[in-house]
Amino acid sequence: MSQTNLFFMTLTTGLMVGGIYALVALGWVIIYKCSGVLNLAMGELTIIGAYVTLTFYQMGVPFVLAVVISLIIGLVLGILTERVFLDRLIGEPILTVIMVTVGLSFFFRGLVEFIWGTNTRVFQPPVFPLKPVKIGFLVIGSVYLWSFVTAIVLLLILVAFFQYTRWGLAMQATADDEMAAISLGVSARFVYAAAWAIAFMAAGVGGSLLGNINGLNISVSYLGLLVLPAVVLGGLNSIPGAIVGGLAIGILQNFAGAYLDQYFPGGVKQIFPFVFMVVFLLFKPYGLWGWERIERV
Amino acid sequence: MAQDIKEGEELLRVDNVHMSFGKVAALSGVSFTVRKGEIHSIIGPNGAGKTVMMNCINGLYHPQRGNIIYKGENINRLKPYQRAQIGISRTFQKIELFSGMTVLDNIRLGRHIHMKTGIVSGALYVGKASKEEIENRAFIEEEIIDLLEIEHIRDKIVGMLPYGLQKRVELGRALALDPELLILDEPLAGLNLEEVEDMARFILDVNEEERWKVTCILVEHDMGVVMDLSDSVTVLNFGEMIADGTPDEIQSNPEVIKAYLGAEDLYVSRA
Repeated sequence: MSQTNLFFMTLTTGLMVGGIYALVALGWVIIYKCSGVLNLAMGELTIIGAYVTLTFYQMGVPFVLAVVISLIIGLVLGILTERVFLDRLIGEPILTVIMVTVGLSFFFRGLVEFIWGTNTRVFQPPVFPLKPVKIGFLVIGSVYLWSFVTAIVLLLILVAFFQYTRWGLAMQATADDEMAAISLGVSARFVYAAAWAIAFMAAGVGGSLLGNINGLNISVSYLGLLVLPAVVLGGLNSIPGAIVGGLAIGILQNFAGAYLDQYFPGGVKQIFPFVFMVVFLLFKPYGLWGWERIERV
Repeated sequence: MAQDIKEGEELLRVDNVHMSFGKVAALSGVSFTVRKGEIHSIIGPNGAGKTVMMNCINGLYHPQRGNIIYKGENINRLKPYQRAQIGISRTFQKIELFSGMTVLDNIRLGRHIHMKTGIVSGALYVGKASKEEIENRAFIEEEIIDLLEIEHIRDKIVGMLPYGLQKRVELGRALALDPELLILDEPLAGLNLEEVEDMARFILDVNEEERWKVTCILVEHDMGVVMDLSDSVTVLNFGEMIADGTPDEIQSNPEVIKAYLGAEDLYVSRA
């Protein structure tokens, strides 16, 4: 493979996987945006969704339908999580809520291992044709291509939701000043429940798609950690930032794998996004589009 | 809540409200009535419980005893967002704007309850949703921005605006609900003389103009403005109600003069 070829192949693969990261990152940002909570259970949300999809798929349900079922279950679980664990924490310090999400991540992880075990499972029969798609000189695995398309479609739907419905603004308002928002007729509980539901759904689809690429086991929840560099890059509360960040992290990760692995053999592909995040934070602590805090003297 | 209250009839009644935080009684047995169409002021020294009273009316606090009756119905159990939906709007003593958003977005949020579009049709942005958006935009542009004379700052980020303008934007946001009862918690605090005059004029406009006719509850320290604007006044001191009546009655009430310690002439309280 020529150098140019390798470059473009790496770029394309990175972009395709980045689409999935962007979707999960968006779910993450939504929770942060409306409640200021860093959701450290995001990775577990992705595997729950993925396993639900897999289970229904194995039962013979078509993949698309299985994803829809997983979306519905994600919606219900998101609302339940908010109601059962987080509702009573409204008004408590943010750090408390963040610690609860750590607890939730252990709880969900345990639950997943309990229900589905720890063996790697694959989607059998394969959902996407094994034959790669050729576009010009680029050869792309169809699973990558379809994952990317799915992720982008969902991203567009979510972005439109925030751009054109009153709830986008209401969520942002709740994050900014909850007391004022509820005094204007915004139901904070509804906003939080909706945010968790959306996060669960986005993560579930992301997990299902990634499970198709690498097979599904508990380590897919690593995705939940990977969204951190993505959202840090874009700015913690920026929706376009999450998308650009997700794509960028996908690309960076694959370039690191293709070009740096020969010099630093081992897991450079895995750690590169985090190294990048640390360096990036030194220069742009608010990310590309995050709100800078305005202090008036 | 369908019934219409005519001008001069009781719109809100606060009935024997008690509220304490731990052992500190912030309100002990406060009662007063706000009639439709009037400006009703709540005055009292710092720490008298005025803001606590306002928070009870708009639902941020729930009194331990006593009732809040709005349009003849007990609204004790309603949450703040539900009270906003039945027409109670407010501003805050310490500005509570969404400081990272533009002026326009802040005011648009005040329209939240008037946008009935569900999540699904809203997400698809079809038919009703876009029509609704146009109507709301017209309301904001023609009614609120015009009234408050904030056209020049509509696209500015609120956090960057001077204090006086922020106060005005907060009033605009509260008005966007198209409320029937507007709680103004110290709308004049921290404003310069010119800004005070403007704000007082806006409050009068909102109260008197045929388009608005909003009943106001005004919490304020500026006695000059309070006596000029108000139709009736309630005086609180250490959580207790010490007087209730017309501005003239209040000014000649010895209890009130005593509470304001030496402020023999209530008109000179502005520093």
